[in-house]
Amino acid sequence: MMDEFLIRAGLAGLGVALAAGPLGCFVVWRRMAYFGDSLAHSALLGVALGFALGTNLNLTILIVCLGFALLLVLLQSKGTLATDTALGILSHSALALGIVTIAMLQWLRVDLMGYLFGDILSVGWRDVAWIYAGAAICLIGLAWIWRDLLRATIHEDLALAEGVACVPLRLIFMMLIAVTVAIAMQVVGILLITALLIIPPASARPFARSPEQMASLAALIGVLSVIGGLSASLLWDSPSGPSIVLVATALFTVSLVGSTMRSSA
Amino acid sequence: MNDFAIPSDRKPFLVKGQGLSKSVGKAALLKNIDITINPGEIVSLIGPNGAGKTTLVQLILGLSAPTAGSLQRASGLTVGYVPQSFALDASLPLTPERFVRLGTKSSKEAARERLNEAGVPNVGSRMMTDLSGGETQRVLLARALLRNPQLLVLDEPAAGLDISGEADLYHLIQDIRDQRGCGILLVSHDLHMVMAATDHVICLNQHVCCSGAPAHVTQQPEFQQLFGPQAATVLAPYVHSHNHQHTVSGKIADGHGEKNP
Repeated sequence: MMDEFLIRAGLAGLGVALAAGPLGCFVVWRRMAYFGDSLAHSALLGVALGFALGTNLNLTILIVCLGFALLLVLLQSKGTLATDTALGILSHSALALGIVTIAMLQWLRVDLMGYLFGDILSVGWRDVAWIYAGAAICLIGLAWIWRDLLRATIHEDLALAEGVACVPLRLIFMMLIAVTVAIAMQVVGILLITALLIIPPASARPFARSPEQMASLAALIGVLSVIGGLSASLLWDSPSGPSIVLVATALFTVSLVGSTMRSSA
Repeated sequence: MNDFAIPSDRKPFLVKGQGLSKSVGKAALLKNIDITINPGEIVSLIGPNGAGKTTLVQLILGLSAPTAGSLQRASGLTVGYVPQSFALDASLPLTPERFVRLGTKSSKEAARERLNEAGVPNVGSRMMTDLSGGETQRVLLARALLRNPQLLVLDEPAAGLDISGEADLYHLIQDIRDQRGCGILLVSHDLHMVMAATDHVICLNQHVCCSGAPAHVTQQPEFQQLFGPQAATVLAPYVHSHNHQHTVSGKIADGHGEKNP
């Protein structure tokens, strides 16, 4: 039965990678990497709340992420601070609050490192089901708004003038990211979720000639990163989340060198 | 404006703004603007930087709401918009053909035809980020045209073009109007080109300084005050070279124009 936890880990990683790649493309195009970070940090608060209230952990994390995404949208629409400053404040406050809350729950013995850097080998079948439900919501939701979100991403005023409802779109997109964060947490951990969102799309960019190609390639590169990272983790007993991210970084380097050589040839 | 209210209400206008004002905080960007765009008419918006040209365009496009005044649009109005600045993030791979087709659902053939009409027949398979400023403007125009617009809004379409490129663009705009019969709102700060290619000029400096046919506007003291006395001569070299305009609207021929306070 030693194989079963591996199958679960592999399935969990693939589900997250498939959703994170296409969604991450929009994070890259819309320059929202910092937004992803802030949202991810809020997930730890979800963990703390889930333990404190004794509620379903996955559900609590999801609700906290969704609420935080909503808060970010509100703060972004009216504020005198630059977006990165506002996000920086929220992001680190959320992380600090999460850590302090967990520390205050003295009866709680929790693997903080597992939440911060992921513990894919410990996922159960319920988690896998949860991850696939979330990934399906992300992919179906993204496909549904794809064309209009693309128009709004390219030029918001142009899209508005053509009748695209940009504000609801932005809200739906942030909700989808919140779902991704909630499901990606167990795989790569809170501190590394953004890596899974932006490294595969960045690696895919030089080889894509359309947004759809870039999204598919990003999903594929994400899947390869998960397989490679898990293998490395098994072979050398390296931590699984960071190993996945390192494989993604290695693929990015290959993509960078490959595209540089191709363009100079 | 009451004198004009009855006849102008019966005209099939595309957009009609009355008493439009816009302020942000305490700063008034636009005060009491009247503007009407009719089908087949080229209306030009001129004025110095900070005059509120882009603000007025945003009101007309519905991108922001006026703080006072009323704005009517013909029901079901289809708008084509060419924004002033367009910078695509380099991380987004997009061909001009795909970009054009994002404006409205259509076939590849239709997109190619519009790129052709806009004067950039061969860019379809390159990447948006590889195009020059002039090519990008024309691709934006192709996207607007593919929507088959009743109203075409062009915000500084000639910015960044050289003089001959600019002249070509204004000819193209006139051809589009002649062939499609759409109304066109043109924003510019280039007096020569605008005056040559326009039926109705609105000279803006937060309020409407003066408006009417080019020949009328250039004689107004407000216009000469805003652009300098030599601006009165901007029409001279063009009146004869563009006499076909007279048959389209007749506005230059009889030279009538209204002057707003």
